[in-house]
Parts: sequence; structure tokens; C-alpha cells
Amino acid sequence: MSTVVDDHNHEAHHDHKPSGITRWLFTTNHKDIGSMYLWFSLIMFFVGGAMAMVIRAELFQPGLQLVEPQFFNQMTTVHGLVMIFGAVMPAFTGLANWMVPMMIGAPDMALPRMNNWSFWILPFAFVILLSSLFMEGGGPDFGWTFYAPLSTTYSNDSTALFVFAVHIMGISSIMGAINVIVTIINMRAPGMTYMKMPLFVWTWLITAFLLIAVMPVLAGAVTMVLTDKYFGTSFFNAAGGGDPVMFQHIFWFFGHPEVYIMILPSFGIISAIIPTFSRKKLFGYSSMVYATASIAILSFLVWAHHMFTTGMPVFAELFFMYCTMLIAVPTGVKVFNWVATMWRGAISFEVPMLFALAFVILFTIGGFSGVMLAMTPVDFQYHDTYFVVAHFHYVLVTGAIFSVMAASYYWLPKWTGHMYDTTLARLHFWCSLISVNVLFFPMHFAGLAGMPRRIPDYAVQFADINQITSIGGFAFGLSQLLFLWLVIKCARGGEKATAKPWDGAEGLEWTVPSPAPYHTFETPPKVE
Amino acid sequence: MAEQQQSYYVPPSSIWPIVGALGLGLIAWGAAHTVIEATSDTQGWGSHVLFAGFGVIAVMLFGWFRDQINETMSGLHSDQLDTSYKQGMSWFIFSEVMFFGAFFGALFYARMIAVPWLDGASNNVMTGEVLWPQFVAQWPLVETPGGTKTQAMGWYGLPLINTVILITSSITCHFAHVGLEKNKRTQLTAMLGLTIVLGMIFLYLQGTEYVHAYEELGLTLQSGVYGNTFYLLTGFHGMHVTLGTLMLIIMFLRVLKGHFTPQKHFAFQATSWYWHFVDVVWICLFVIVYVL
Repeated sequence: MSTVVDDHNHEAHHDHKPSGITRWLFTTNHKDIGSMYLWFSLIMFFVGGAMAMVIRAELFQPGLQLVEPQFFNQMTTVHGLVMIFGAVMPAFTGLANWMVPMMIGAPDMALPRMNNWSFWILPFAFVILLSSLFMEGGGPDFGWTFYAPLSTTYSNDSTALFVFAVHIMGISSIMGAINVIVTIINMRAPGMTYMKMPLFVWTWLITAFLLIAVMPVLAGAVTMVLTDKYFGTSFFNAAGGGDPVMFQHIFWFFGHPEVYIMILPSFGIISAIIPTFSRKKLFGYSSMVYATASIAILSFLVWAHHMFTTGMPVFAELFFMYCTMLIAVPTGVKVFNWVATMWRGAISFEVPMLFALAFVILFTIGGFSGVMLAMTPVDFQYHDTYFVVAHFHYVLVTGAIFSVMAASYYWLPKWTGHMYDTTLARLHFWCSLISVNVLFFPMHFAGLAGMPRRIPDYAVQFADINQITSIGGFAFGLSQLLFLWLVIKCARGGEKATAKPWDGAEGLEWTVPSPAPYHTFETPPKVE
Repeated sequence: MAEQQQSYYVPPSSIWPIVGALGLGLIAWGAAHTVIEATSDTQGWGSHVLFAGFGVIAVMLFGWFRDQINETMSGLHSDQLDTSYKQGMSWFIFSEVMFFGAFFGALFYARMIAVPWLDGASNNVMTGEVLWPQFVAQWPLVETPGGTKTQAMGWYGLPLINTVILITSSITCHFAHVGLEKNKRTQLTAMLGLTIVLGMIFLYLQGTEYVHAYEELGLTLQSGVYGNTFYLLTGFHGMHVTLGTLMLIIMFLRVLKGHFTPQKHFAFQATSWYWHFVDVVWICLFVIVYVL
């Protein structure tokens, strides 16, 4: 991508860090903020994971076993919200904070104080959201998609807390995205032209655009839910001339770009890792950029494929079906390019590469089930079944989460200055890989056989398949404790990492020592 | 791109971001509990926490901008940083456009799709027959399917006057900016002051219009989807005008203190962009909500 003339200098006296708790509370440093995002995301991953364990425990056998149905609904709802807004999105923002300035040769993020503000909103937002679970009447129980009238007519008072928590999460995301986009546009080192940027930077540029475009629409949706529930408006009430289906249109206009927000940065990560361990340049760099942009544009035109069963006119169903299928083209370009990058490469299977390979294969499975769901006539059968659950967990867990794992294993030496325990990391990989498939693959069959999602009980013929799923779920949950242990161990010490621990790696981040100095590129490097 | 020699200013640690996060947290918790308490007749801490949150945000804004202004005045800000601020503000305004877009989208959907469908349009013949057979689709929706009646808000009179006022204020704001760039401080002060006065008149008339709607037309927030879109669109716009007027007042005070140079005046420029943005939103509102 870029050859680097190393002319920056890091004087030792520049590298003093403030100490104590105030370092973290008041920081303006992109690396500190990135670390806080990543830790926050890991904590939320376990909080949301614990809720998933409750769900899988309840579904281990047919009949009501452990929890009340309403509490089950709260678990599915808050699991989704925590994983999306608390785990996946902050993980990507954390990676962007750490890596984007280093990859483009910038001294820091463009707006460092606002950067810290964006982060610190999140703990407050999630304390509010999670505290609503302990309210009288319980927490939000309408699914993370909060469809009206479940969230308006039939919801409890936790809805108000949910609405305002989502509002400030949205403020956080928008400010974070503005920071990333301005950093990329305005802070690139001389010579770092757009078409020389690493793909992680490119994908984040496009992701940030999507975030700024759709998070305000989510804010609008929750506002209308609030006024419908508390102030007597009828946006989603047919008696007043509104329409519950309108909620779904507004929500999915946000929601569909949102799913690309949660996968585009993954594409960037995988596009960094596969060339490194194949010791080849990325195949088709510019087509990767155009494919990412096409996916982003198309993401605004496909939202109603989530709503095929709402009784839209046939014209609309066809339009959204064809647009959705079109997305398979740029996505196919990406998968093709990754495979072509590996073709005749000198491949080695270090842990980041293992996760990247698992990503390519398993994300593609999720993509294929997505194409199946895109077909209107068959979607009538799959809609709201476990097939959908299987689909989006393949793209989000073995897609987004696996890419975050891959990124962590790829850049941990750069962040901490230590090599991690590779034996433990391999154990984590294989345990995760096997258990995640035991967990999610059988869900396809349960769904095709007609098992509905978001139900605490089910017909006895689904018992075996749910037991297998639950065992996979517990195993996957426990496997992640290995990751936690590994990260803590790596942060505390270990074998010293060199500036460039992967011999095939390219990019500015590998030109600085490991751990990366507190301030990098105060004088911009020259990129040729 | 960093062509110039000046280094990019990375501010030292600052207390304000986390104070801002605390403020937003208090506002979110307080607003939620205020809403719950107001609608369920219970007593609690909601509104106290909400106001505490606003107080914290006010302190944060004061402190943050004080630091910011001191940095600018002491010349720490490079041109590249100025560009960052300008781009940041532009993207912020873009996010605001999308926020209003959600409500305009709701208005479009309700008017063009939901209401006709309730009367049996498209593939919904039986919806019309079964749900509310007597319902007749019309816009403005002066009688909802459920039977709530109201009167439509006309576009002449106050709304038209307000449109003229806001467009004029955009023009005066522009001439204030021209005055700043040509270093004509009197023109700057006069035009900026005029803009603020026009903004305030707009807000006062908007309030009068709400009273007229509530008391004479029976058009309330509860009058079905016509009243809902009317009040949420004009209401959020009014909140933005209020914020814009506050920003203009702060710019006015800074101008009186002799801040800003013809070359460097990001804060003024951002405020002016924001003001033009609320003006454009109003023109869309006037055409789509009132006239059409």
C-alpha cells in the first residue's frame, strides 16, 4: 500500500504519561481512549453474554424452566442492545481510535477532547439502560428492535429510560463518527492520498459516514416512541392516522445501515490481516474500496427486506428484494479478493490469520443465508424464525466479533508491547470455532422447521436441537473467559514484542516501537 | 493535509469531557424519570436530576468554551485545526439534517401512505372496509379514523410573517459575516444584533401561533398524526432556533469584547452556518407542513 520513509523521531521526554485515575478520566490521548473503548466493549461483551446464557439455559428444555416469560423477553431485548451498542460498536470505535491516527500518520484524533466525551457518555448510558432491569415492572421487553405497539401501547415505564439511554448512546456514536471522519479527511500525513490509505481506514471512513447519517434517524424513532407512549401522539397508531408499520420503516432505515456499520470495519481488519500472513499485497485494493462504498450506498435502499411480511405492495417487495440481492455482488467481490490474496501466497497460520480465515468462511455462510432471506417468497417462511437468528449471529458473532478478536490478536503486541501466550490463543480460537458452530449452525434447522424466535418455550420436537445449541452456547461463553485471561496476561507482561512482530505486515503502525509511544507522529511521517 | 509547518495542537488533559458525560447522564436519567413521574402522578427526583443535569452541562459549556477561546486567542490553533473544526461542524449539521429527515419522512409516510391506506387505497380495500368504514382520507387530517376532530393551520398570517422574518434574519446574519470579513465592526455588530432580535421575534410569534392552535383551532399534540407531525417538526425547529439565538447572543458578546479577526472566526462562522441551517429547515417546513 505505501512505502514509508522513516523520518519521525520520538524523543523520550515526549513520552511521559499522566498517572493515576485522572489519566483515564481527563485524557485526550487517542490510545488511552481507544483502550477504554476496548475494555468497555469487553465488559459489555460479558454482560450481554451472561444474558445470552440465561436465554440458552431457559431454552435447554421445552417448558418454562428458570425464568418468567417476561424476564426472558427482557433478556433477549437487553442482550441485543448491549451487544450492538455496548460491545460491537464500541469495539470498532476503540480500534479506530487506536489505529486510524497511527495508520495515517496523524498526531492524534482531530478533536481529542470531544473524543473523550464520546467515550465517557457510554458508561452512563449503559448504567441507565441496565438499571432499568431492576425497576418495578422490569426492563425493556419488546426486543432490541422495539417495534410499536410493543414499545408504545404494551410497554412498561422502563421505556422512558430506554429511550433516553439510546439518545445519549446516539450522541456518543455521532460525535465519535464525526471525529473519525474529520481525522481521516484532514489529518493524513503528506503523501497519504486516499487511495494509499489502509483499508481499515477506508472502511471506517465509510462507516463513519453511515453513522452520522443514520444515528439521528434512530433518535427520531425513539422520540416518536416516547411521545406515542407518554404524550398521546399517534405516529404508530392507526386510530390517529398513523401506522405501526411506519415505525418499522423508520427503524429499519436506521437499522439496515446499522448492520453495515457493524461489519464494514471488519472488512477493513480482514483486509489488513490476510495480506500480512499470505505475504502478498491485497488483491484488488481499489475494487475493495469501491465495493465498500457500493455496499454503503445500497444499504440505504434495502431496509424494507426486514418487513416482507407486513403486507407491502408487491412493487415494494420486488424493489427491496432485488436491491438486497444486489448487495451480494460487492460482498462477493470482497470475498473473492480475500481468497485471491491468499492464492499462491506463503501462508502461515498465526492466531490473527486463523480468526481471519474463520471470518471469511463463516461470514460467507451468514451472507448466503442473507441471500436466502432476501427472497421475498421464501422469507415468508423464514421470517421471525430461528433461521433469522442463525443468520445474523453468523454475521455478527463469527463476522464482527471474530474480526475484533482477529484485530486484537493482530495488534495486541503493538498495544501492550508484549507477545501474548500463543498456545492459549490457539486454544481460544479452536474452542470458539467449534463451539460457535455447535451453537449457531443447528439454529438454521430449528428455524426452517418453524421454531419462532423470542419465545421462552417451544414444541417438543425442537428439544434435541435446542439442547445441542445450548451446549454450544455454554461452551462458547466459557471459551471467551480464555480471551479475557489472555488479554489480562498480555497487558501485564510477557515476551517483549518487536516493532513489527509479523514479518509480512505493512503500514505506518509497524514503523513505531511496541508498545506504541504515548504520542506518535507529532511530526508527520512522509509517505511515498 | 498537513502542508504547513505549524504543528497540530493536541490539547492537554481536560476535565470538561467527563463533566459533559456526567451532565448528559443526569439529563437522560432525569428526563426519563420526569416523563414517568409526570404521566403517572408519582413523586420523585426526576425533574431535580434533570435540572441538575442542565446545570452541569451549562458549567461544562462555560468551562470548555473558556479554555477553547483562550487557546484561540493565544494563537495555538493552526489552520489545519481550524479545518478540523469546520469539517466537524459541517458533519454535525448533516446529522441534524438527518434528524429532521426522520420527522419529514414520518410526515410523508403518514400523508401519502398510511392515511390513504386506512381509507382502502392500494392493496388495502378490506382495511378500509373493516377498520373504520366511515373514515375518509384527507390532508390535513382534520378527522382521524378514531374520530378526533381538529382544524387545519393555514399558511398565511403568522406562518408567512415568520417565514419572512427568518429569511430576513438569514440575510442580516450573512451581512454580519461580510462585515466581519471586511473588518467593518459597526456593520457586524448592528447586523448581528438585528439577527438576534429577528430570532427572538420569530420565537415569540411561534409561541403565539401555538396558543392560537391550542385555544382556537383545537389543534393539539393529541390531534392525530397531523397534529403530531406539526408539533414535533415545528417544535424541534423552534428548539433549534432557540439554541441558534443563544449561540448568536454569545457571538454578539464576543464581538463586543473585540474577539474575531477577518481571517479567523471559526465560532462565528459555525454559528452563522447553524443559523442558515435552521432557516433552510424552516423553508422546508413552511412549504411541506403549512402550504402543501
